[in-house]
Amino acid sequence: MSDIQPSKLMPGGRWHAFPVARLALYPAVLYSLCFFVAPFAIMFAVSFWQRTRTGLKATWVLDNYEQFFARDFLIQALFNSLEVTALTAIISVLVAYPLAYILAFRVPQRWQQIVILLTVLPFWTAYVVRSYSWLLVLADNGIINASLIGIGVVSEPLTLAYTRGATILGFVHFFTMLLVLTIYSSLIQIPSNLKAAASDLGASRAQVFFRVTLPLSMPGVAVGAFLTFVIAIGDYITPQILGGNTEVLIPQAIILQVSRSANFPMAAVLSIVLMVVVLGVYALFARSLRMDRI
Amino acid sequence: MSKSSRPSFGHALPRRRFLKTSAAALAAPAILPSRAFANEELNILVWCDHADPKLIDPFAEQFGVTVNVKTYEGTGTAISLLDQSGEGEWDVLVVDAPDVPQVAELGYLAELPEDIAPWGDIFPQLTNAPWSKTDGKIYAVPEKFGYYGFCFNKDAVSVEDARRGDIAWNSDYAGRIAVYDYYFPVMQMIGISMGKTPAELSTSDLPEIRERLLAMKPNVKLVGDIVGVQNALVTGSVDVIVGGAEFAVSGLVPTHPNLDWVISDQGGLIWNQGIGIVSGTGRLELATEFIKYILSPGGQGALATSDCFWAMPASSAATLTPEQKTILRWDQQPEYLAKSQFSLLPDADMDFQMLDIWTEFLQS
Repeated sequence: MSDIQPSKLMPGGRWHAFPVARLALYPAVLYSLCFFVAPFAIMFAVSFWQRTRTGLKATWVLDNYEQFFARDFLIQALFNSLEVTALTAIISVLVAYPLAYILAFRVPQRWQQIVILLTVLPFWTAYVVRSYSWLLVLADNGIINASLIGIGVVSEPLTLAYTRGATILGFVHFFTMLLVLTIYSSLIQIPSNLKAAASDLGASRAQVFFRVTLPLSMPGVAVGAFLTFVIAIGDYITPQILGGNTEVLIPQAIILQVSRSANFPMAAVLSIVLMVVVLGVYALFARSLRMDRI
Repeated sequence: MSKSSRPSFGHALPRRRFLKTSAAALAAPAILPSRAFANEELNILVWCDHADPKLIDPFAEQFGVTVNVKTYEGTGTAISLLDQSGEGEWDVLVVDAPDVPQVAELGYLAELPEDIAPWGDIFPQLTNAPWSKTDGKIYAVPEKFGYYGFCFNKDAVSVEDARRGDIAWNSDYAGRIAVYDYYFPVMQMIGISMGKTPAELSTSDLPEIRERLLAMKPNVKLVGDIVGVQNALVTGSVDVIVGGAEFAVSGLVPTHPNLDWVISDQGGLIWNQGIGIVSGTGRLELATEFIKYILSPGGQGALATSDCFWAMPASSAATLTPEQKTILRWDQQPEYLAKSQFSLLPDADMDFQMLDIWTEFLQS
């Protein structure tokens, strides 16, 4: 019998018995408990409370959930949120993928860091400032309409600002930057000999892309699209400023409940609904979300 | 204090020191109130107009204190902030005056003494407003007011159209209308346009108001906060702000002379903000001094022309320049006040229903 014992730190070994390794997990677990599990539990409990004339009343009733499902305009807010964020994610992927591809395979390596820096430059601008800047571009007397009228394409300004399209444009501008980074990081991890082998075996450039590059870059696409979805569906600023508040998304419905009537129970219900939707989307993406590839 | 640093009274004072000491003694009454609060901090939960340094700095300097300003929008936000704060954390609260009884009922406002305000200087319409007293007690003093009416671009909208009160439904302005995103006054303005008295509105009036509100939507380009609707008006995306008035455009008029505001011929809806002391404050005297300062002529002038938004000072003794008076239509105030109506006192159930209708309006 060999005297060699399996390493305590190796998979299959008893690494979990190693006290330092276990201790290292505690901060992360504690952080999650304090800043996710506990707040979520409180919010879940509050969703059953009631807002009364004199404040909040701790109860365990389903009234708020019933009210949510009885109000068509709140259900519609949920569908609006899903539509806007799905469109944002799809358009952002379509815009970001070619940019990431060019960055990974066409830009010389020595320039890539500079181009990445330029790509994330808009991140350095405050979110609200960026939204208002778009408003100046899209306004009736903004740059686009002034140009179109100036060259005679239209005689009256087009309605660009304060529309769903403006909201999606604002989102796409922001999330394209994020997606470029996640897709780029997937693309540069693809071994170049795989593409070379496919070419040697007679694959055309399109076949190499669709049968090798694209499938192998999907983890970056999936993670970026998922993050886009999660962040966009909870965003309040962009629909409020660029969308003109002419349709309600779930975050706006939450703010209305909180800021105007301090109806935290109903706001909690809307937040729970939002969370269930995000979890559902996560379940759909789960198989593709290989964070280790990013 | 160490023994060596104590002043010695064993010798006669030199003449020059005597004169200095006498002068300091004579000046003492003037500076004593300030010294009494030296190094204290006053925490005020207020609207954005109170964050203007030209309003806060003179008080802080006079009393040698630090004023910590937290601004908020919407009484609901203020209530939630107070809910989450410990007793004594906040000292002064500025709140939408019609909400004063509700906030007082929740126990967040302390009863104020009668002599806290120069009542003779405050417009009588404000001192007699339904919310001026709750169960015979004063919980907040009116400090600033204005109207909910219509702001418009004079190059595109005639003043007659704006004053008629039905411009939001006028198809000539389809797609040129912005609505201030505050259901409470806008729904009352609709009530006024239907011949109703805001203060007498009840839940039974809401179906009619809802119908009229939803009928407005095809003409509406955006519903936004003050900055949002101002931006739309200035950039030419809309020509009218429903629910706006002096507070939305007065600060813009010097640089955008094409902008103007009116109240409806049927009357404007008066808005009014009140200032009070948060119950349980540990700095009652300083909070009282702050309220007195805000209601002083200088405080009222600075508050009325705050960087955040301009509006009418509650005190007729406010210090205003002739230019400021013109922009605020100061001389017309007696006439405007006589023509306008007060807001209803919100009831929690009615408020919920109004918010539901408003959300439906946004979604329609």
